[in-house]
Amino acid sequence: MRRTAYDLYRRSLSALIFAGCVGCAVLIVGVLGWVIGYLSSIGASSLSIGFFTELPSGDVANPGGMKHAILGTLALVAMAGVIGVPLGVATGIYLAEFKQDRYILAPVRFTADVLAGVPSIVIGILGYELVVVPMGSYNGWAGAFALAFIMVPIVARTSEEMLRLVPDSYRAASLALGATKAQTITRVVLPAATGSLITGIMLALARICGETAPLLFTALGSRLLTLDPNKPFPSLTVQIYTYATGPYPEQKRLAWAGILVLVALLLALNALIRYVASRSITRSIA
Amino acid sequence: MNETPSKPAMSPVKVEAIDPLDSAVLDMPRQAPRFNVLSAIQNDQPHAPAIHPSVAHGKGIVEIKDFSLYYGPKKTVHSVSLSIPVGHVTALIGPSGCGKSTLLRSVNRLNDLVDGVRTTGDILVGGESVYAPGTDVIDLRRRVGMVFQKSNPFPMSIFDNVVYGLRIHGERRRSVLEEVCERSLRGAALWDEVKDRLQSSAMGLSGGQQQRLCIARAIAVEPQVLLMDEPCSALDPIATLKIEELILEISQKYTVLIVTHNMGQASRVSDYTAFMYLGRLVEYGPTSHIFQTPTLPETEQYITGKFG
Ligand SMILES: Nc1ncnc2c1ncn2[C@@H]1O[C@H](COP(=O)(O)OP(=O)(O)O)[C@@H](O)[C@H]1O
Ligand SMILES: [Mg+2]
Repeated sequence: MRRTAYDLYRRSLSALIFAGCVGCAVLIVGVLGWVIGYLSSIGASSLSIGFFTELPSGDVANPGGMKHAILGTLALVAMAGVIGVPLGVATGIYLAEFKQDRYILAPVRFTADVLAGVPSIVIGILGYELVVVPMGSYNGWAGAFALAFIMVPIVARTSEEMLRLVPDSYRAASLALGATKAQTITRVVLPAATGSLITGIMLALARICGETAPLLFTALGSRLLTLDPNKPFPSLTVQIYTYATGPYPEQKRLAWAGILVLVALLLALNALIRYVASRSITRSIA
Repeated sequence: MNETPSKPAMSPVKVEAIDPLDSAVLDMPRQAPRFNVLSAIQNDQPHAPAIHPSVAHGKGIVEIKDFSLYYGPKKTVHSVSLSIPVGHVTALIGPSGCGKSTLLRSVNRLNDLVDGVRTTGDILVGGESVYAPGTDVIDLRRRVGMVFQKSNPFPMSIFDNVVYGLRIHGERRRSVLEEVCERSLRGAALWDEVKDRLQSSAMGLSGGQQQRLCIARAIAVEPQVLLMDEPCSALDPIATLKIEELILEISQKYTVLIVTHNMGQASRVSDYTAFMYLGRLVEYGPTSHIFQTPTLPETEQYITGKFG
């Protein structure tokens, strides 16, 4: 073996590429750490028990808390989930388990991919036209529908991918025992994929938690704790937006606290997702 | 290497080295004194399979009747007729890719899952047509159990695996499920090994245990026929031996149609053997006849490992 210049070159190149990768990783983690640190330093000072328990006071110098917005976001996400999860999972099942419908599947899959890429403001305007205008006012339903609309394609495509990871040998074993297709799906395929399906659903929920644009045109936002979906509906993101763009310093501080809470919520959700994903059966068998 | 001292001239040497070999290969069929079934099959010429009189009765529990199967344009099973006697083990042997699995999966219509499959002819199971329009495939598959090449227990408890077949057919009584679970696991020679952990996951069993669990799951619904597709090919010799003993045991009660790659296994476990080649049936008869005094020399050549 000759130790040539080329040998030196390829070893140096390898070291260089490795160093580059480490550098990028450090950079990304660093930026995230900086964002969180910056948020904490500003937001934490405005964060108090009152933030979670109080409602807006109407006094710009002492604006109260965001209890209404936190509950509003949870309610909106829950409503969107109730609409979006069954639709999304059902579409995912169709895409993964009905392979013989080749000429329907391709357009459905394409549509889902396009919808997943539509800017969320467009979905907000869609919600405005389809729900707000007919119902005559901004309302919670419109917000929930807009968020569900964002969820469905994400849940559908991730569910499809997860169901594809379930080995065909399970389906064959079930069918060979005389099971119907529906029995095979509900008793074998879905249970085998539950963990990973939940992961996909939670990813979609995390995504809609932080949406603002589709809510501006639909739920609008509210300073009241009237969680009536027929009326304008509060949400954390819209409240943050309102306070942050407003003129009052105390409200701006409250917006920072809101952002911190939102980011903490998303981090917690992501940690939970990773935990569920690491325990999911599909991963252990695939 | 001590090659010729001349220049390394390449091409003439190579051509000379290959030429005699080539002609020898080409000469072989010409030298064959008699009509060769295998070369007839290779050339897509008609041939008559050698069927032993003892299996030519046409009264089998599975009657494969002039059955052909196409994967898209590709004909994979060519007009096979085969009569599987009830209460015995019948082995399907033949070189890899000759259509043994395909034929096996045709009996319970598992090939329906493959896109673009077309069949002609018919198969009867217990006198009922498998391919007639209006056949209840769900009921057919209940009557025809299957054990796969790779063990495929569901990611559930051992108990849930065994009683899966009963549950999907509506059985809910706990006592019945427990009774069938024990009977099936005993029938699959697995009861003593798992009776204390019926509720633990089947995925924790060894490969051989998983395959016996799959056998237990298949016999839990008491099928008329049990199909087995190389059930030992992924197992070590000891686990293989256990499954072979189990097949002999099961054959007291069930009709078994087994695909095997292993001549020894075919001779040990089966009562009848069918030899397939390129999607055709070549010879079929009692295993002792096939292995000791086959009618066709081609069968003997295959069994003694001269090809395939
Ligand atoms: N799902 C399929 N689609 C297309 N061709 C297939 C399929 N399964 C098997 N074949 C082809 O059919 C032939 C017979 O396969 P198979 O029945 O698995 O043979 P064996 O079990 O005897 O090894 C092979 O040439 C194989 O490539
Ligand atoms: Mg095979």
